[in-house]
Amino acid sequence: MKRILNYLIARILLTIPMLFILLTLVFVVLRVMPGDPVSSMLGGHAPQAVIDAKREALGLNKPIFFQYLDYLGQLARLDLGESMNFKEKVSTPILQKLPATIELTLAGIIVALGIGIPLGVRSARLRRTWQDSVIRFFANITYCIPVYWMGLMFQMLFGVFLNLFPIAGRVGTRVDSSEFDRTGFYIIDTLLKGNFTAFGDVMYHLVLPAVTLGLTLSGVFIRMTRANMLDSLKSDFVLATRARGVAENRVVYTHALKNALIPVVTMLGLEFAALLAGAILTETTFSWPGMGRLLLERIYNRDYPVIQGIIIFYALFVSVVSLLVDIIYAVIDPRVKL
Amino acid sequence: MPATMTATGGSAGPPSGDGAVAGTGEVLLGVRNLSIHYPIAIGTVRAVTDLSLDVYRGEVLGVVGESGCGKSTLGLSILNLQKSPGRIVSGEILVNGHDILALGPEDIRAVRGPKIGMIFQNPLTSLDPLMSIKDHFIETMRAHDPKIRKGQIIARAEAMLEDLGIEKRRLSEYPFQLSGGMRQRIMIGLTLILDPELLLADEPTTALDVIVEAGFTELLAKLKRKYNLTVVLVSHNLGLVAEIADRIAVMYAGRIVELATALEIFQDPRHPYTRGLMDCVPNILLDRKELVAMPGSPPDLVNESPCCPFAPRCPKVFARCLAETPRLLADAAPAGAAPAAAASAPAASAAAPRAVACFLHERTN
Repeated sequence: MKRILNYLIARILLTIPMLFILLTLVFVVLRVMPGDPVSSMLGGHAPQAVIDAKREALGLNKPIFFQYLDYLGQLARLDLGESMNFKEKVSTPILQKLPATIELTLAGIIVALGIGIPLGVRSARLRRTWQDSVIRFFANITYCIPVYWMGLMFQMLFGVFLNLFPIAGRVGTRVDSSEFDRTGFYIIDTLLKGNFTAFGDVMYHLVLPAVTLGLTLSGVFIRMTRANMLDSLKSDFVLATRARGVAENRVVYTHALKNALIPVVTMLGLEFAALLAGAILTETTFSWPGMGRLLLERIYNRDYPVIQGIIIFYALFVSVVSLLVDIIYAVIDPRVKL
Repeated sequence: MPATMTATGGSAGPPSGDGAVAGTGEVLLGVRNLSIHYPIAIGTVRAVTDLSLDVYRGEVLGVVGESGCGKSTLGLSILNLQKSPGRIVSGEILVNGHDILALGPEDIRAVRGPKIGMIFQNPLTSLDPLMSIKDHFIETMRAHDPKIRKGQIIARAEAMLEDLGIEKRRLSEYPFQLSGGMRQRIMIGLTLILDPELLLADEPTTALDVIVEAGFTELLAKLKRKYNLTVVLVSHNLGLVAEIADRIAVMYAGRIVELATALEIFQDPRHPYTRGLMDCVPNILLDRKELVAMPGSPPDLVNESPCCPFAPRCPKVFARCLAETPRLLADAAPAGAAPAAAASAPAASAAAPRAVACFLHERTN
């Protein structure tokens, strides 16, 4: 138990240098980028005196190195600072949008694994049949299609032509926003209040974005599962288990699949960052009020502190997930010790 | 006659004319006219061709031959587990007189384990790395008796481990925590816990070092007595086979070329291939500087030719060998060496006459 606690502490401490390096890069790149918050706020024709006053007020006239030190000092006090464009703390919009992003990405992972693993298993078991070919083709196609294009096509097909699913937002206008004042996670809030109509509406809005995001990643999981399943179906222990008269389904799902999933779990950790990138595009396509859309909006405004704050949250999200993946890894494989 | 020899009548029942042996004892496992093909891109690999063999209750039968002679394919096919894309194209595998190839997937499960247990080439990878030893035992026993209580399984597994010389605390460990020799013994334990009548061992010591191998031989002999086993030992290791086999079947190019008691095979090999194999065994008592090797390599199993498969490598080849394939023919009566063999082999299999597939001997008979 103590060993696991030590491991967790070490992992958490390791995220600090990672964040530091990441932030330094983002800080520099943002300031190298053309444009700044002042010109985006005041437009191109403001008098020079007004521009200078604004720059002074935001501290943008200081040398970049001092700006950087100021920012680090702020962070050391666990303060993300204030938005440059709006009168609000950086944490306010982020905390408001974070639940939407978490909901969407987790739903995306569930779709990706829910499609990827069963199809991968099927493809491996029916190797070299037409079904295998169809599944492999499907995997390649979903992997190749850009997520925003797929989102647009789904909106057109399922939203406009078939009129099956809503194409924007987290929830319909008939549900009052006071339903969501507890955690900001709409699924959890509606369940906590026992409002199943609202819950249904939230899930209904989640379908298209989650499927879009999940499908683009499912291809990787189909191919990974298939390749590892083929290996493990050929392994000695599968043959030996069959020779002891164990039922075929148990051989396939308990022995072959469980062993095949170990590399898939590793892949899940690696693909999570790609999933977040996909989520930014999906949020934009589906007007999903998450961090991705906030990020895009604030990049247009060159709202440096908010952009940096969002990057920190994305980085933390990725490290929490990779920590979870490592824990899952140790749980399924007795050879792995934390 | 051309190479195919399936011309003999009813394939069920006692061994027919071309059958390997005709013993008086109880036949536990009968292989009848078995052919196994692997379709591959350039043709069909005939891994086993029209092979017939009887295994008598209580004996240890060694199956030896070079790599690629079909001995492992034969071993796996006895449980109908030959590797994909291998297919049994003809023949029967009779266990206590019932053809197991006719069984459906659920029925054959009752054969795999409780009737015929199998241990494999590679003990290091034959256990699921994600499963504890205990769970292996539980799964194995539950597969055949879903109602058996966990406590009962653990008690039996602990007793089995004691037989195998492994501490019972190892039950809760995982395969990666055990040595190769221990994993081999666990594999044997998992097989024997189902109380099989026949134990199939496919190259059981290939992955182990010689010390562990010596221990394995002793253990197998002990377990054979205790569990009243019939053993088929597939191996290219002549030393191992010599030590424990009562009878030996020598395979070449998917066929049995000679079948006799271990003593006869080692003292008086008849088939030129068997003789060649014996010459290859290093003997520290002889003052030889170099190891003897048999010239040539095993034949191409894709392109069939009408000649004896061993003819290209045979030192005694003559015209007839190039025109037709010899059949495995039994001696009319038990061979002269029978009294000596009877001491080591059970009466049933000792009574089985020796057989050889070679024209040299067909003429003398």
